[in-house]
Amino acid sequence: MKSPSLLPLLLALLFPMVAIAADTPTFTLVLQNHRYVPNELRIPAQTRVKLEIVNKDPTPEEFESVDFPAEKIVMPNSTISVFVGPLKPGRYGFYGEFHQPTAKGTLIVE
Amino acid sequence: MWGIALLVFREVLEAALIVTVVAAATRGVARRSVFIGGGITLGVLGALLVAAFAGAISNAVSGVGQELFNASVLFAAVVMIGWHVIWMSSHGREMARQMKELGGAVQAGSSSLAMLLAVVALAVLREGSEIVLFLTGMLAGGATGLLPGLALGIAAGTAVGLTLYFGLLRIPVRYFFTATNWMLVLLAAGLASSAARYLVQANWVPAWGNQIWDSSSLLSNGSVLGNILHILIGYDAQPSGIQLVFYGVVVVLLVLGMKLVGDAGKRAKAAAASTPSAQGAPAG
Repeated sequence: MKSPSLLPLLLALLFPMVAIAADTPTFTLVLQNHRYVPNELRIPAQTRVKLEIVNKDPTPEEFESVDFPAEKIVMPNSTISVFVGPLKPGRYGFYGEFHQPTAKGTLIVE
Repeated sequence: MWGIALLVFREVLEAALIVTVVAAATRGVARRSVFIGGGITLGVLGALLVAAFAGAISNAVSGVGQELFNASVLFAAVVMIGWHVIWMSSHGREMARQMKELGGAVQAGSSSLAMLLAVVALAVLREGSEIVLFLTGMLAGGATGLLPGLALGIAAGTAVGLTLYFGLLRIPVRYFFTATNWMLVLLAAGLASSAARYLVQANWVPAWGNQIWDSSSLLSNGSVLGNILHILIGYDAQPSGIQLVFYGVVVVLLVLGMKLVGDAGKRAKAAAASTPSAQGAPAG
């Protein structure tokens, strides 16, 4: 009995917030030779940002982190974006799951 | 080879744990292995297909196709697990009784079994497609030791699944389906929470607070145990608010559904039992 009334309420609460996405600050990471360039990226604290990951390698990669929620496959020679944060100040590691020995980097949130 | 084995292990582990819980929940059901084997086969085929179209999926819906695809697959699994769990609430007792009396083959509804086949297929598809993409990349990059790495990873992931399975079998029959049902509820809630995570990443839903708590110093998302608990009960070291909401809503809905259907089933059974013997007698 509770389920039909809960869903519209949930959706009504969700959608006004989704519209704010347009002017999100955007930062770019490039994957080349299975390394992130830059491998340290400074982003503002307490701000939702958009990370663009450009894969210039001929093989797929997965942008992933255990320090902040992110998990997305980047196909060869293509670009993806993920929304991150708002995060508290600190250092947050990320990596490329398919090439962990080399594809490592850090978000410096300040 | 070890790097390959480790990645394959992590992906296989996720699918293997889901298959394990499903296998336990369908313990004693006739033709169960056909359903589970079928689910795994379909999942592998699906994984190849998803990997082949990964570029198209990723670019779909202005770049959030991947998140929406993952969230949809997860939600589909949540619905199907939910169906089975609620169905079991009126049939679980009967199954446990049959198992004790007949010592084996239990009749289960084929629609409920088909749901679980699909859950297995979706789990294998999701994790399998990542393995396929990873291996094709490795192959293109000229890496060696692909096959041994793949075999080792699959073997290790399966071993963890089997260990859990035989551990679960030690639960007494009386409590067995109650236990597996609760495991399915938490599994479904965890999958819903993962789906919420994808939707936040795509900016389709608000996070409603990041890092509601941070237990990563105790048990990190990246550790093997953290990974296992992530799949089994939806553990997240730094959940967002919306993940907790999705988790809670699924638990509440399933518990409510189980209770309503379970009570209705009990009433129907009581009514059926009283009619032939007590004709015309006032209902108890």
